[in-house]
Amino acid sequence: MTARPLKVLIAKPGLDGHDRGAKVLARGLRDEGFEVVYTGLRQTPEMVATAALQEDVDVVGLSILSGAHLTLLPRICELLRAEGMDDVLVTAGGIIPAEDIPALKEAGVAEIFGPGTSIGEIATFMRENAQSRA
Amino acid sequence: MTAPARSGTGARLAEEARAGSRRALSRLLTAIESRTPAAEEALRALYPAAGGAHVVGVTGPPGGGKSTLVAALVAEARAAARPVAVLAIDPSSPVTGGAILGDRIRMQQYASDRDVFIRSMASRGHLGGLAGTTAESAAVLDACGFGLVFIETVGTGQSEVEVASIADTTMVVQAPEMGDEIQAMKAGLLEVADLVVVNKADRPGADRAAMQLRSMLTLGVEADPADRAPDPDRPRPKRPAVLLASGLDGKGVPELLAALDEHQAGRAHAQRPHAARIARARAQVEGILADRTREALWSSKRRAATDALMERVATHELDPYAAADDLLKSL
Repeated sequence: MTARPLKVLIAKPGLDGHDRGAKVLARGLRDEGFEVVYTGLRQTPEMVATAALQEDVDVVGLSILSGAHLTLLPRICELLRAEGMDDVLVTAGGIIPAEDIPALKEAGVAEIFGPGTSIGEIATFMRENAQSRA
Repeated sequence: MTAPARSGTGARLAEEARAGSRRALSRLLTAIESRTPAAEEALRALYPAAGGAHVVGVTGPPGGGKSTLVAALVAEARAAARPVAVLAIDPSSPVTGGAILGDRIRMQQYASDRDVFIRSMASRGHLGGLAGTTAESAAVLDACGFGLVFIETVGTGQSEVEVASIADTTMVVQAPEMGDEIQAMKAGLLEVADLVVVNKADRPGADRAAMQLRSMLTLGVEADPADRAPDPDRPRPKRPAVLLASGLDGKGVPELLAALDEHQAGRAHAQRPHAARIARARAQVEGILADRTREALWSSKRRAATDALMERVATHELDPYAAADDLLKSL
């Protein structure tokens, strides 16, 4: 039995229609050897939480450009906790102003990756911070 | 990296999953994918409770609309309040081991529905269109009360027919314009179909594709009556019905679900477990046997002896058959 690949959910909560970044990341993480569940555009917080639960992912990566991050991301963290998934690493990326970051971290988002972050940095952060779960 | 499973973890997960905890079910499926000791314990506990579900294999070439069609079938089953589970398999990279699991994207309207459980699986190097632990995963979903379990294979070529050995009903999904009637004459995928579906019936050419398939799949059968006494030494190809459906607009989907149910009902009246169930049992036991053999050969106790034998084969001092016979005797 070898160590299993890290399983990551990449989703875009909310209504913006730009998923290039999420696709680049999903593809990049695949090449890093991750199993990437990609659910794409226009996800409700419930869809994200259900997918994370049913797929038993180690990491939830959320891409958001719409500006609704202060509403959607804490809601997703809350739903994950309600499902008993407090050990899942939640990360976010997209256009998120620096002044919003403390509130998001307070809500349970472990790290926020802005434009220009390399796939390698994201993969390394996920590997180092996802809890190993039997 | 992974903590060893405490004894009892598997039994506890199994119990919680059966009691309705989706979290426990999900964790259990992860354990099964990784073949942990806890998974084995859980499977032993759950196996007697499984066997009641209708396991439907959905296979066919990439891009044929399998996921969309499965989503439409799930909607149809939910309209009748039937609990449904889906196992959707996508390929793992042979290079990095990574995978994009993208089947869920078509099946998202059930986020708040507890009686729909969708799980993606990476094939993890297993060939044949499935993951190595798909049959076990289906058994767990079965034991947890999902009476209808769809297994969606990776997009298949012409000969990835493994799903037929673990499904009660195998449905091959084709799209219009996938080749002329000679394609339908070739051996392989179409031969294991209990049902053939020409999907994307909203597109032009679908009727013609269905007609061609139908005529090829029944070519010459009037000279070979279906009610001829079965001869176990000479298995006959199945004669699947060809249906038209559109996963996109739902046309033909109620008829398709009815046809799947009918196929399963035909099974239920049979005296003995159907050949498909025997085949499933055999695939599972053989898989475990192969795993156990491999484990035993490379266990710390035997590793050195096994390595030495491999070296002798590599240098052509010993032939591989003799080596295999030696190992089998030593087990």
